[in-house]
Amino acid sequence: MNFSKKLLAILALVPGLALAAAGGYPLDKAPDRSNNMAALQHGAKLFVNYCLNCHAASSMRYNRLKDLGLSEDQIKNNLLFTGDKVGDMMTTALNPKDAKAWFGAVPPDLSVISRSRASSAGSGSDYLYTYLRTFYKDDTRPTGWNNMVLPAVAMPHAMWELQGVRNAKMVEEKDPHDATKTVHKFVGFEQVTPGKMTKLEFDTATADLVGYMEWMAEPAQATRKRLGVWVLLFLSLFCFLAWRLNASFWKEVK
Amino acid sequence: MAFHETKFPADAPLAEKAVGWVDDRFPLTKLWNDQWGKYYAPKNFNFWYIFGSLAMLVLVMQIVTGIFLTMHYKPDANLAFGSVEYIMREVPWGWLVRYMHSTGASAFFIIIYLHMTRALLYGSYRKPRELIWLFGFAIFLCLMAEAFFGYLLPWGQMSYWGAQVIVNLFGAIPFIGPDLSLWIRGDYVVSDATLNRFFAFHVIAIPLVLLGLVAAHLIALHEIGSNNPDGVEVKENIGADGHPVDSIPSHPYYTVHDLFGVSIFLLIFSSVVFFAPEMGGYFLEYNNFIPADSLKTPLHIAPTWYFTPFYSVLRAITADFMYVLMVAIAAYVVFIWLKSRLPTKVKAAIAVVALVAIIGMLPSILDAKFWGVVLFGVSVMILAFLPWLDYSKVKSIRYRPDWHKYVYILFGLSFLTLGYLGTQAPTDGKTLLSQVCTLFYFSFFLLMPWWSAMGTFKTVPSRVTFHPH
Repeated sequence: MNFSKKLLAILALVPGLALAAAGGYPLDKAPDRSNNMAALQHGAKLFVNYCLNCHAASSMRYNRLKDLGLSEDQIKNNLLFTGDKVGDMMTTALNPKDAKAWFGAVPPDLSVISRSRASSAGSGSDYLYTYLRTFYKDDTRPTGWNNMVLPAVAMPHAMWELQGVRNAKMVEEKDPHDATKTVHKFVGFEQVTPGKMTKLEFDTATADLVGYMEWMAEPAQATRKRLGVWVLLFLSLFCFLAWRLNASFWKEVK
Repeated sequence: MAFHETKFPADAPLAEKAVGWVDDRFPLTKLWNDQWGKYYAPKNFNFWYIFGSLAMLVLVMQIVTGIFLTMHYKPDANLAFGSVEYIMREVPWGWLVRYMHSTGASAFFIIIYLHMTRALLYGSYRKPRELIWLFGFAIFLCLMAEAFFGYLLPWGQMSYWGAQVIVNLFGAIPFIGPDLSLWIRGDYVVSDATLNRFFAFHVIAIPLVLLGLVAAHLIALHEIGSNNPDGVEVKENIGADGHPVDSIPSHPYYTVHDLFGVSIFLLIFSSVVFFAPEMGGYFLEYNNFIPADSLKTPLHIAPTWYFTPFYSVLRAITADFMYVLMVAIAAYVVFIWLKSRLPTKVKAAIAVVALVAIIGMLPSILDAKFWGVVLFGVSVMILAFLPWLDYSKVKSIRYRPDWHKYVYILFGLSFLTLGYLGTQAPTDGKTLLSQVCTLFYFSFFLLMPWWSAMGTFKTVPSRVTFHPH
């Protein structure tokens, strides 16, 4: 085959190489949505519709969404399940006992999930962004789904209708540590059935969702940074004045 | 003695009369003057002398932010994690109070380590200031306990498992170990009972002891007078006004000096609080944003960064390393017999203790885990003995032989290396490096009676080195 095809084939192996080397699926960089209110509102909508069926975010109050530029009425009419009030916390109807029986694990609370998944491999957003986009069909799993970032995960592909069904392509290769054995190497995904969104649309939607989860993990972050600028400006001035005051007194010391 | 009422002229300011009223009944002005206002301190204090004041500032800050946190925090295993998020989201300014408290804890340890470095550099622990050093050492122990108890309170994965590991260390003590661990925990594993009592220790028990020790530390300091970067005893040269010629009153000179130092500290502190409160996972660990789960052990359980140097020593004590230790102890005893001028009875006693220790280190007697815990403890406790290990002719590093500087630099590098290794998962190479650093760390102290007296010392001046500003 020609050079560019060979190059593509080799590049497709790179994630697999990283797997063999570092022992973890390499994380993609999540696009930054922190200044994009529209994207964060879209993420909130995806979160309520796709995540709260099983997960809770029990530290997150619905009316805090006003920080994203939504009015109470907009929240009431578009983002609440029946029976919820706008001052309630984002809870889930799924009973933990049922979840354990049906999935084998209780879905974790998502309030601060974005902060908890940070590591040397990438930020929490990078983790979630990659995780939500690397589900694949696996008939050996109870749910029929598996995931590249968290192998043998108990969670099914919640947004499968949007991304469609994909297979993970594996090739058999000689084990670099033991010539008598072979290892499976991941070489890419293949689309089996299409979803409602194109790849680009799905990646964008996931980025919005992850951006929302990053905001939800620390709603005060924007305030913190904004205030920080004024605090440092004030302290710089104070520091300069304290320096000159000190110098003026110490001139007297011989 | 009959009560004497100070008389003021009728037109004296009200404030003066009020202070006079109090002074007749309580030594307010005297206290102010003795402790700060007219406390004469050497005029050549440098950068290393800011950390005592900063430590006091951070102590007050931790107490005040702690009080506000305690108004909303719930010390219950089911409610603790949620209550911290409640403070972060719903309590007005709660996020700021929380970040100040978590950053303050790390800042406290940076300040204290630098404060201790000053003492090492200038011999501030030497006679007659040994008691200041001992009170300071007790404060350090209390601070470590305070941080340890406080770290369980957020009830995250790292909180829970870190506490589990450290309390289990007490289980390594022969005979009483398991019962001791049970008593500390209040349960067979870290649980709600543990959380409640650690809350009590963190909020009131240790802070009370800390405040008492800080008062004692300062009283002992003011009794003798401060040391200085030249190690010159300024009280040996009294001027016409009755004060040392090389001293100045703390007020106003060190008031404004410390104010400047505090403003720089606040700049750095605020940069962290407002722009990097997690500090890459070192001040607020990522794993701790997962609620504690007794059924899920994290892959890497590491203590917070300020405990890692000593944690490295603990991990360095492997079964193989025991043989190195046995040889080292035997060599040290031989060295003492040949080189020290201790009375023969003491030398014999040391030999007996060392023999018992060496027998105890045999694999069939006490295992490496026990000795790891012992040496973990010794690596902290050995600091207390510094005033009696240092036989240098001079106090300050400025007048020691030049090569002593390299010994101190190597010690500092060793300590930092041990600290870094403590944050990493162990590998064969890293364990070997931590073992080398552990040997150097202990040698620095145990051989100090000899190396600190070796070399050509410089003449200590009678007056401090001071360049007018």
